[in-house]
Amino acid sequence: MASGNESTSTTATELPLAFLRGKGLAATERASSDHPAVDVPLGEVVVALGHLKSEQGFDMLMDLTAIDWAEGASPRFTVVYHLYSTTRNVYVRVAANCASDTEPSAPSVVSLWPGANWHERECFDLMGVKFVGHPDLRRILMWDEYPYHPLRKDFPLAGIETALPDADVTAETGTRVLSAPMAGGPFVATSGEINLTEAEPRAKDESWADRRPRPDQEGLKQVRE
Amino acid sequence: MATEFSFPDSAAKAAKVPAGLVEGTEFQTEKMSLSMGPSHPSTHGVLRLQMELDGEILTKCDPVLGYLHRGDEKIAENMTYNQFVPYTDRLDYLAPLANNMAYAIAVERLAKLEVPARCQAIRVITAEMARISAHLMGLGAFGLDVGAWSVLLYSLHEREKLYKLFEELTGARFTTSYTRIGGVTRDVPEGWLGRVNAFCDQFLPILEETLTLLTRNKIFMDRTVGIGVISKADALAYGLTGPNLRGSGVPLDLRKDKPYSGYEQYEFDVPVGSKGDCYDRYLVRGEEMRQSVRIIKQVIAKFPDGPWYATDAKRIFAPPKDKVLTSMEELIQNFMIVTEGPQMPPGEVYFEAENPKGILGFYVVSKGGGVPWRLKIRSPSFCNLSILPKICTGCLISDVVSILGSLDFVMGECDR
Amino acid sequence: MVTANTELGYNSKVEGDVVVTRADAVINWIRTNSMWPMPMGLACCAIELMAVGGARFDIARFGAEVMRFSPRQADCMIVAGTVTYKMAAHLRRIYDQMCAPKWVIAMGACASTGGMYRSYATLQGVDRIVPVDVYVSGCPPRPEALLDALIKLQNKVKREPATHHLFSSDAPPHGVQS
Repeated sequence: MASGNESTSTTATELPLAFLRGKGLAATERASSDHPAVDVPLGEVVVALGHLKSEQGFDMLMDLTAIDWAEGASPRFTVVYHLYSTTRNVYVRVAANCASDTEPSAPSVVSLWPGANWHERECFDLMGVKFVGHPDLRRILMWDEYPYHPLRKDFPLAGIETALPDADVTAETGTRVLSAPMAGGPFVATSGEINLTEAEPRAKDESWADRRPRPDQEGLKQVRE
Repeated sequence: MATEFSFPDSAAKAAKVPAGLVEGTEFQTEKMSLSMGPSHPSTHGVLRLQMELDGEILTKCDPVLGYLHRGDEKIAENMTYNQFVPYTDRLDYLAPLANNMAYAIAVERLAKLEVPARCQAIRVITAEMARISAHLMGLGAFGLDVGAWSVLLYSLHEREKLYKLFEELTGARFTTSYTRIGGVTRDVPEGWLGRVNAFCDQFLPILEETLTLLTRNKIFMDRTVGIGVISKADALAYGLTGPNLRGSGVPLDLRKDKPYSGYEQYEFDVPVGSKGDCYDRYLVRGEEMRQSVRIIKQVIAKFPDGPWYATDAKRIFAPPKDKVLTSMEELIQNFMIVTEGPQMPPGEVYFEAENPKGILGFYVVSKGGGVPWRLKIRSPSFCNLSILPKICTGCLISDVVSILGSLDFVMGECDR
Repeated sequence: MVTANTELGYNSKVEGDVVVTRADAVINWIRTNSMWPMPMGLACCAIELMAVGGARFDIARFGAEVMRFSPRQADCMIVAGTVTYKMAAHLRRIYDQMCAPKWVIAMGACASTGGMYRSYATLQGVDRIVPVDVYVSGCPPRPEALLDALIKLQNKVKREPATHHLFSSDAPPHGVQS
């Protein structure tokens, strides 16, 4: 097998972009620190990935995920696909911005790779991106009744009080899903400060309960009081 | 929206009996819904299979994951790059050193940082030792699943020897946290390489003996040959990687195809299976251990001198303790890295390493600074398990145990 | 030295084939030396739990090598690993299925307190769900630490009033007796 040396990867740098443009898709180049990357409009994702799979030899969907670019950012959610070609030993990253910042959705690619099924379920579970056309879109890591999408940036690391998946056990033990004790943490420093007082690590700002409403504001007030 | 399972309903079943059929002349069976796990010895942790059975045949299989979902990706967004290293230990806790290396290289790619040859060599040795240790455990657990108890005891014994070496190098038996961004925590101790070499020498005959317990064992072959066959096309479509993909005949090994950390310097073979059944996956793992020993011996034979961390990466790698305690400049450097984290440029990288279980990928999105904005972990076990509904449907319930053993997954990594 | 708690052991030279002892002592002696663990192997600690069963550490020396995955046959649940909220209900259910007397060892930082996983998905200590007898520190604890926990638990069991509820009108306490 050929090794993934520099010459193959440099020729591949222009390839996916030029190839997708040649197919009449509105692909644009995406900034990347390693592999060739393209942005495509959300509606053309399935077509673009289909072309890459059938004609460019990208036969494996390695990874499918989404990024939350902070609360209030627009576009807020980006769905990212990583493809790998087992014949040419190159990667390509395909990204598409979700149209809605509150109810993100993306087309499902299960028809191209059956393995995308679980990736999309995970992405729906943790990020709340709805995959249109998915055969069985339900939570995969958290339990079915869990009300939040934990990887969104407005969700605190410590979690939010909610009910346990099992009512019997709650009744017997009196335990609920509680916020984890963060002891003032996690501690994060601002970067690039030579002033040591400024550079001192501080608790990451999760004071959203004071400054803006929390997803379950009423419930929280009761718990606190 | 849970998958619909049909439950025993004798009234409905009786109504379906054709009119002409006299009751009792033909055996009527009902479908049974059975949950295997999350606490079951052959689900290797906390996997749960919700199965629908027609007699002993599975008609439906729905894996339920998430019983070990600990929120690693969210945790990563809340701490500096180096602080996340211990969490990578606990992804695939059978091969923490390989995870450490994959994560460190991913972040180094983001920083466009090259580590020196000695550091790469140390990482390769530790990753290959981790591979041996992980495959031994996989082998032992597989043997245990199909009823061969002694294999586990043999492999646990060898793993103890490896743990002793790990402990000497890193200070911990298996939650090693050995790499840092831009290097490793410490250089190899004196005489350690010789002891690794000695381990390899004595390990090979023991490996042969251990494999002999299974390889032509009639009971083992009856339980595995022709069971859980995964075709090449399916393996690629479901994103299988590692020994499971190679067992199906696809020679994808990133150490060969997209070499990292200096793997291109070493000679080794990539074993592939012919049929893609449980037995092939077992054979591939066995052979990979031999190849790992081969790699380790080559690395030790030409172990490079020189620095063992990126000495020029002043804002990324905290210098060793003796320098911190004696030099003001290094003390400040250490302080900055500990408080702010290693400084990364904005950008995004996706790096995959060939881990024992398959391809472990890290997708790091940085907005600059010492904390990742998003860290996605592409876990091989997660992808490998996604084929279960397909290959388990139609097989015997006892075959499910063989299939799970041969897929050799770790739930810590699968659920993250 | 004979104190109120000393067990009167069997010495064939003195007593022939007759053992005279307290019922508590003999019941506790049996319970202590044939404690069958329920290996609740959830995460990384499960690997160390297996190592304890291996040749080097050999939990059989303490009579606890009979790992029973069926809760009905187990006395001592070793919670080895991170307990997530999703798993917590199952863990409690398995605990409920164990026959009394039963004990729980929380092995490792995660089972004891949530450990390094201070996040939305992790139960912050298994003692919120089941009563714990021994906590073991470490992430993961070394096999020796688990053996130490087992010995500590055995010492605790030795001092339990095992026959108390036979002679008193109080209902036996649920689960752990003390």
